Amino acid sequence: MAENEKNMNTGLVIDEEANKGIGAALSSLWQLLWRDKSGLLGLVMFLIVVFAAIAAPLISPYDPLDQEISQSKEPPAWKEKGDVSHLLGTDTLGRDIASRIIYGSRVSVTVGFLGVSMAFSLGMMIGLISGYKGGRTDNIIMTVVNMVLSLPYLVFVVFVAAVLGNSLLNVILIFGLTDIPVFVRVTRGEVLKLREEGFIEAAKSVGIKTPRIIFRHIMPNLLGPLITLATFEMSAMIFYEAGLGFLGLSVPPSVPSWGNMLAMGRQYLTVYPWMSVYPGLAIVFTGFGMNLLGDWLRDVLDPRMRRMKK
Amino acid sequence: MSDILSVRNLTTRFNTFNGVVHAVNGVSFDLKEGETLAVVGESGSGKSVTMLSLLHLLPKTTTTVSGTAEFKDGEQTHELLSMSEAEINRVRGRHIGIVFQDALSALNPVMTVGEQITESLTTHLGLTHKQAYSHALELLDNVGIAQPEKRFSSYPHQFSGGMRQRAMIAIAIACGPKIMIADEPTTALDVTIQTQIVELTRRLQREMGMTVIWITHDLGVVAGIADRVMVMYAGMPIELAQVDELYENPQHPYTEGLLGAIPKVGDSGAERLLSIPGAPPDLFKEPRHCQFAWRCDYAFDHCWKEIPPDFSVGERHYSKCFYDMDKEKPREQ
Amino acid sequence: MTDTQSAETLVHVRHISKFFPVRSSFLPLLRGPVVRAVDDISFTIHKGETLGLVGESGCGKSTLGRLILRLYEPTSGSIQFEDNDVTSLRASELRKLRTRMQIVFQDSYSSLNPRHRIGQIIREPMQVHTDMTPRQMRERTEELLQLVGLRKNHGERFPHEFSGGQRQRVNIARALALYPQFVVCDEPISALDVSIQAQVVNLLQDLQRKLGITYLFVAHDLSMVQHISDRIAVMYLGKIMELAATEDLFRDPRHPYTQSLISAIPIPNPRRERERRRIVLEGEVPSPVNPPSGCVFHTRCPLAQEVCRQQVPEYREIEPGHFAACHFAHQAVNIDPDAGSGPAA
Repeated sequence: MAENEKNMNTGLVIDEEANKGIGAALSSLWQLLWRDKSGLLGLVMFLIVVFAAIAAPLISPYDPLDQEISQSKEPPAWKEKGDVSHLLGTDTLGRDIASRIIYGSRVSVTVGFLGVSMAFSLGMMIGLISGYKGGRTDNIIMTVVNMVLSLPYLVFVVFVAAVLGNSLLNVILIFGLTDIPVFVRVTRGEVLKLREEGFIEAAKSVGIKTPRIIFRHIMPNLLGPLITLATFEMSAMIFYEAGLGFLGLSVPPSVPSWGNMLAMGRQYLTVYPWMSVYPGLAIVFTGFGMNLLGDWLRDVLDPRMRRMKK
Repeated sequence: MSDILSVRNLTTRFNTFNGVVHAVNGVSFDLKEGETLAVVGESGSGKSVTMLSLLHLLPKTTTTVSGTAEFKDGEQTHELLSMSEAEINRVRGRHIGIVFQDALSALNPVMTVGEQITESLTTHLGLTHKQAYSHALELLDNVGIAQPEKRFSSYPHQFSGGMRQRAMIAIAIACGPKIMIADEPTTALDVTIQTQIVELTRRLQREMGMTVIWITHDLGVVAGIADRVMVMYAGMPIELAQVDELYENPQHPYTEGLLGAIPKVGDSGAERLLSIPGAPPDLFKEPRHCQFAWRCDYAFDHCWKEIPPDFSVGERHYSKCFYDMDKEKPREQ
Repeated sequence: MTDTQSAETLVHVRHISKFFPVRSSFLPLLRGPVVRAVDDISFTIHKGETLGLVGESGCGKSTLGRLILRLYEPTSGSIQFEDNDVTSLRASELRKLRTRMQIVFQDSYSSLNPRHRIGQIIREPMQVHTDMTPRQMRERTEELLQLVGLRKNHGERFPHEFSGGQRQRVNIARALALYPQFVVCDEPISALDVSIQAQVVNLLQDLQRKLGITYLFVAHDLSMVQHISDRIAVMYLGKIMELAATEDLFRDPRHPYTQSLISAIPIPNPRRERERRRIVLEGEVPSPVNPPSGCVFHTRCPLAQEVCRQQVPEYREIEPGHFAACHFAHQAVNIDPDAGSGPAA
């Protein structure tokens, strides 16, 4: 430290090297995770699920569609009559529960991820236009949004699913579309705030045109709250998929999904509880992990900008 | 005049995510009864934190306060910093009143102004509601708020900035405290309203025999209201003097720089203002030497070795500086 | 300081007004109460000078600054910048003109996009308005950073890494990016510490000397305005009360409001402070939604007479270059705080 040097025009609060790109960002990210262990836990849980989804063929002990009637209705390994060959037991058709849970994560992650991506991108666009333009456009858009939001969600989703039929694509479409209003609302709220910020007025005073203001100035500031929202919505979608599956309206029954497994195991809940309990735990695990992650993200993405030494 | 408050070695640290902030580093001063002490400094100097520390108004979980503060109330002496929450509650508002800078956020928006005054009266003085009500009306009138009955039932947002500040003063003096601490009370006000508030404070002080600590960064306001001035920098008082003496004969380079940085009405304008180069030091490091040395024209090697003690440089005039600006050489120790 | 006699007019404001509706209504034709933020103001700004614009909160000075740049649409009146009628330009022409008239805002933090590096912030005007190559832009950015007293490598950093005074320098650098002729400084130093204020003011003056910029310096701190301005305009409730060269304004203030403002400035000299007598104005500033009749200042004026309540005083030139809006401005009006009210000849 140049202690004896007169500190002429710096007085910069952080006098060492500037934040240099990805390297510094990642290391400070790790520090933040470590300080707030629940965020770390959430991230780990989330990554476990994603890993299961990606590596399913590699880590799954059996083919989830493999039926072995002779070994059906077997309890989990630690119970009497259980066997280590089927760690979590089998269902009524002799399919290995553990494998089906692992493969089921694929449905959940795909629905969650693709559904949210759709809602995020379309919702953000609409919200941006609505919030920035204001006036008539805003009124019209928000009226439509509010109408959609006031529909009883589950009833509506069930109705559409019943009409369209069982397929992964349909589920993604339904969730993606019905979640757009949530993103529109949050985006619009943020845009209304950002619109009044000094740097927007400054950009206008420099002569910058509206499209550039929207994309270069407003959008980057939206990402924080929207990413946080995305994690919560993704967890919600996973729950709803399970709900749909429970009603038999999600993917076809043969395809392993946690919702389907819950549905199938319902009738046997008192006799063979493991068929529903373990998929249920998988749902809880995923939802919990994502919520922890979302909470941590919320703390990190916004106040971090302000919490730096001023 | 006797001492009403004696602070010795007050030190306050904040524990934050980014490290420990050394906000106040060894503040010692005596407050004489009836005087007005101005505490002057820029942001980060620790002037507000010092006073908030005295009254336990900082978040307990992240703040560490050490030192002593003896408050003499008549014959009794109370040590403020070691008081319990219940004990300091009996002091706050009753013996020591505080006026904050931003009246809009310091006043409860969902309580009428009158209620906020009577709250203090019923809690500390045990008055009945009826007594408190009439006393509050008197107070509102005394601080220059017209139509006190109507204003009693009004909410803070219905007042203008100047009136809100008057209301805060009314709350602060409601129980007849011995000391009133005013934390930048006029900074957010227009200059014509500022003069009103300054006049009001002077009058109240005379009438009630109060001692006032006035925290500000505005050296113009200080000249009009202070008997003594304590200049703070990086959490330490670096100069303490009678007001005339400070302005006419500043002994610390920072004070000299501050006085030179203000434009004076009637100057030709073609001169540049004296600006102190650089910026205040990082409070994350515990100070081990003079914290002004980086920016000081007169710094020499000893300045980097230890924190300067208080040198007596005149009658009741102290300066924490190793350099003698009059003789233009380092002081004899 | 410039010689105001041989002055060339850069900005000419004629009868400009800006009224804001109090309630934003769905039906724009519905006439509700309005805030008369700026009410029929006319004046000129000379090339190369610094015109100070002072007044207390609610007087409309910030609105006026933004009106000149047409960041707000005037309700009526016209603004001329060089030879252009700013008020009637199309959006694309106005954008081009913006390169020559710029503004520095009060809040240094919120006027910088927290997600952009400051080099990017300074470059943006160049990207939008010129065809400079990336290398040229980089060089100009470094030049500007050094011009305002920052270092070249500071361009890589984010706004939150800087102190208030430095952020203000960044704002100034951005405003200068395209060699503007005219810069509105809207309370650029109010949020800064005293010693930093001095740094920024010195910088502004240096830049003016070097680059010949014309400033409109909007502030409420009369002593700082006095230091930097060649001429000063005093506003109250949307109107100009007095406009004169700085020395003239302080030596011979003709408007009672100016006199009270000057009297209210705290002097950093304890002996003089004790000896001086202040003109303490009664009451509060009236609401700009419902300004007083006649002279807007009459409700608080120590010299108010019946005519002040009934007639709006004409804003006229009482001495060469010295304008005032007061029925008694032609006399050497002096409010003696010890005497009663009434103009002293």
